[in-house]
Amino acid sequence: MSEVKDYKYIGQRTIRPDGFDKVTGRANFGADLTLPGMLWARVKRSPYAHARIIDIDTSKAEALAGVMAVATAADFPAIASETLQMGETSADIRDLARNNLALEKVLYHGHAVAAVAAVSQTIADQAVELIEVEYAELTPVMDVLEAIKDDAPILHDDLFTAGLAETPETPSNIAMRMELKKGDIDAGFAEADVIVEREYQTPTVHQGYIEPHACTVRYDEDGQSMIWCCTQGHFDVRASTAKILNMELSKIKVIASEIGGGFGGKTTIYLEPVALVLSKKSGRPVKLVMNREEVFRASGPGSATRSWIKVGARKDGTITAMQGILHYEAGAFKGSPMAPGVMCVFTPYDVANVHIEGFDVVVNKPKVAAYRAPGAPQAEFAAESAINELADKLDMDPIELRLKNAAKEGTQAIYGPKFKAIGLVECLEAAKNSAHYKSPLGKNQGRSIAAGFWFNAGMSSSVVINMNPDGTVVVVEGSPDIGGSRASMAMMAAEELGIAVEKIKPIIADTDGVGLNSTTGGSRTTFATGMAIIEAAQDVVKQMKERAAAVWNVTLDQVDWVDGVAVNTADEARLSAAEICAAAGSTGGPISARASLTARGAGPSFAVHVADVEVDPDTGKVDVIRYTAIQDAGKAIHPGYVEGQYQGGAAQGIGWALNEEYIYDENGVLENAGYLDYRIPLASDLPMIETVIVEVPNPFHPYGVRGVGESSIIPPLAAVSSAVSNAIGVRMSELPCSPPRVLKAIQSRDN
Amino acid sequence: MATVIFSSELQKFTREEQTDVDVLNYRDLVSALEDKYQDLGSDTLMKMAVAIDGEIIHDPLLERLAPDSEVHFLYRISGG
Repeated sequence: MSEVKDYKYIGQRTIRPDGFDKVTGRANFGADLTLPGMLWARVKRSPYAHARIIDIDTSKAEALAGVMAVATAADFPAIASETLQMGETSADIRDLARNNLALEKVLYHGHAVAAVAAVSQTIADQAVELIEVEYAELTPVMDVLEAIKDDAPILHDDLFTAGLAETPETPSNIAMRMELKKGDIDAGFAEADVIVEREYQTPTVHQGYIEPHACTVRYDEDGQSMIWCCTQGHFDVRASTAKILNMELSKIKVIASEIGGGFGGKTTIYLEPVALVLSKKSGRPVKLVMNREEVFRASGPGSATRSWIKVGARKDGTITAMQGILHYEAGAFKGSPMAPGVMCVFTPYDVANVHIEGFDVVVNKPKVAAYRAPGAPQAEFAAESAINELADKLDMDPIELRLKNAAKEGTQAIYGPKFKAIGLVECLEAAKNSAHYKSPLGKNQGRSIAAGFWFNAGMSSSVVINMNPDGTVVVVEGSPDIGGSRASMAMMAAEELGIAVEKIKPIIADTDGVGLNSTTGGSRTTFATGMAIIEAAQDVVKQMKERAAAVWNVTLDQVDWVDGVAVNTADEARLSAAEICAAAGSTGGPISARASLTARGAGPSFAVHVADVEVDPDTGKVDVIRYTAIQDAGKAIHPGYVEGQYQGGAAQGIGWALNEEYIYDENGVLENAGYLDYRIPLASDLPMIETVIVEVPNPFHPYGVRGVGESSIIPPLAAVSSAVSNAIGVRMSELPCSPPRVLKAIQSRDN
Repeated sequence: MATVIFSSELQKFTREEQTDVDVLNYRDLVSALEDKYQDLGSDTLMKMAVAIDGEIIHDPLLERLAPDSEVHFLYRISGG
């Protein structure tokens, strides 16, 4: 159980240990490794969104001078459908293999069908053009509601809807149905004085990471292999590559490079098994890097959704019923984040009567990947928009409406457990009391708010702490650092050891160098890997006290550990960590400790955002003029990085609300495959995002930490779109609120 | 006895909202539920996370249960 403590290092704003390498350009990212004799690879991609592969002829490519290897799905061993646990997520390994290289069918424009390795990138690029693929074109299905129609083209003949009362006899594009309910939904609506009911739509979106997917691999003569890649989870790269290629885990070493953003998009693989096949066939190292267009066309975006929401309340604001039907696009293979969407959609509210249905639907787009709180922004956009509309109908302040119905300690979440201490009410109160919320608005301006909930995760972490002879420290972890976690790890080690954070060097080991670590995702790293750091550091302190006790010939209970120094309570003698470590060889050997754990008790994090926008009535352009992100961190280890997570999530959510969408033509070809036409917010588009860190300690963590990396992307979708609604007087229920859509709404209002 | 509360999804198999089970750990709980509900396979349960007294545990195989524990099964949660 955590309690209020005075910390020396926790809560400080220390310098990030990876900062110098990044600002000087020394940091090595996914495409930065070059090996002697290395080949360059390129992937041949489908020109069709849906087609049967009749034949692949690689002979002309293989005959081109400089081409050293060609790979197709025929080079992968045949594998059966099997669910592979990848950290907290799971994937069907057969689907994953077929997404890496298509077999029998291509399921989206840009689907990989073959790959070439050559002595130069230019030759590899030429060679893929020489690969001849014969297709039988099929009709693509690009929209989730089209895909569930009885006469829709079927993507997979062996996909039958799971989650139905009876096993279906015919294949379907609906991979799964899920339902959660409590109470009596009809009785709940019968109690209501006011009911809001509306359909909502969100588009396919990109995570917006700057660094494309990239890897350099080497398959050695003895069967050992090395993969250097940018990933959020190198242990899962190892596991999934090993499964696809039928290799032992010990034969694959994966090194995680520095990462130029992931946000969930780098929790799966696209390149590594392909590159490894090319390396094995050529006997040479291989580099395979996606270009930006490939990232858009062929890596996993965030899921598009169609939702229907109905909410009822009494005149006093008591919500009596909440109902939702949520359709999520999975892309080419089953596995959208529908389930977390269903579990999140109404979770900020303590309501007696709830009914939610969710559908996971395949369409001819790239298989979706995680995107920061996967599934939650889409579902909670719909629910929070409905709550804002309900507040309008009740003529009630939207914060007061939420406070009246807010989940709190003891509330039974729709997905199962009763909440322990949570901070939603505190976040709402902070929003209500903020200067922002009390400030006046001008002409053509609108304000709104929204709440967000995300579970957060625990999962497995392993660390080692090695004490150097001079008393400095190396912290070895295996969680790729995507948000400043090395600094947080060093700070937690410093807190436990009583050693200055500048004397602690955190490093991220490869898969051979440290025990298994789950992927960096689910806002788990500071929480879970931090728990392992705390445990290992406490072991190190115990060992150092034992060494001091041995030197002084006293019992262990006569030794205190104060600010990195052993103190003999009998005579006030002192031995510093440096003195103990310098003498470690003669007192039992080097001092080192490890900890491996599966972290339990991840604490949910609630967020509340306040958005002000100004709408140009002539163009429909929306400017965010003031924005405040409030969120419960439990305990902020490094407040600067916590604020950065709040601001980053808010910026991404604002982009989702205002501009971002994949635009496909009627043939399923993406028309805006690049950052010029797919518009993410620039620094010049946004005001300084104000932040408020609420700290309601997670009772299951020694310091009270909750994950903070995801909840911040949830509220902006509804907060911003509802602010636009308030500015123009038209309810916006389809994202993005781009200038043409807003202008159309204004014109429809005026007409 | 530990109380197990079933989601509406699991109620398809159990046809009741909750049950009391006299077991000391999670492994025995799954076994007891399998015996009691013929349609509810251990495969289904072992793929799920569990919340014991509000604490979500993804890999609960050896978890102990108190006599007054409240247990919920839930989908494993993904993250980005």
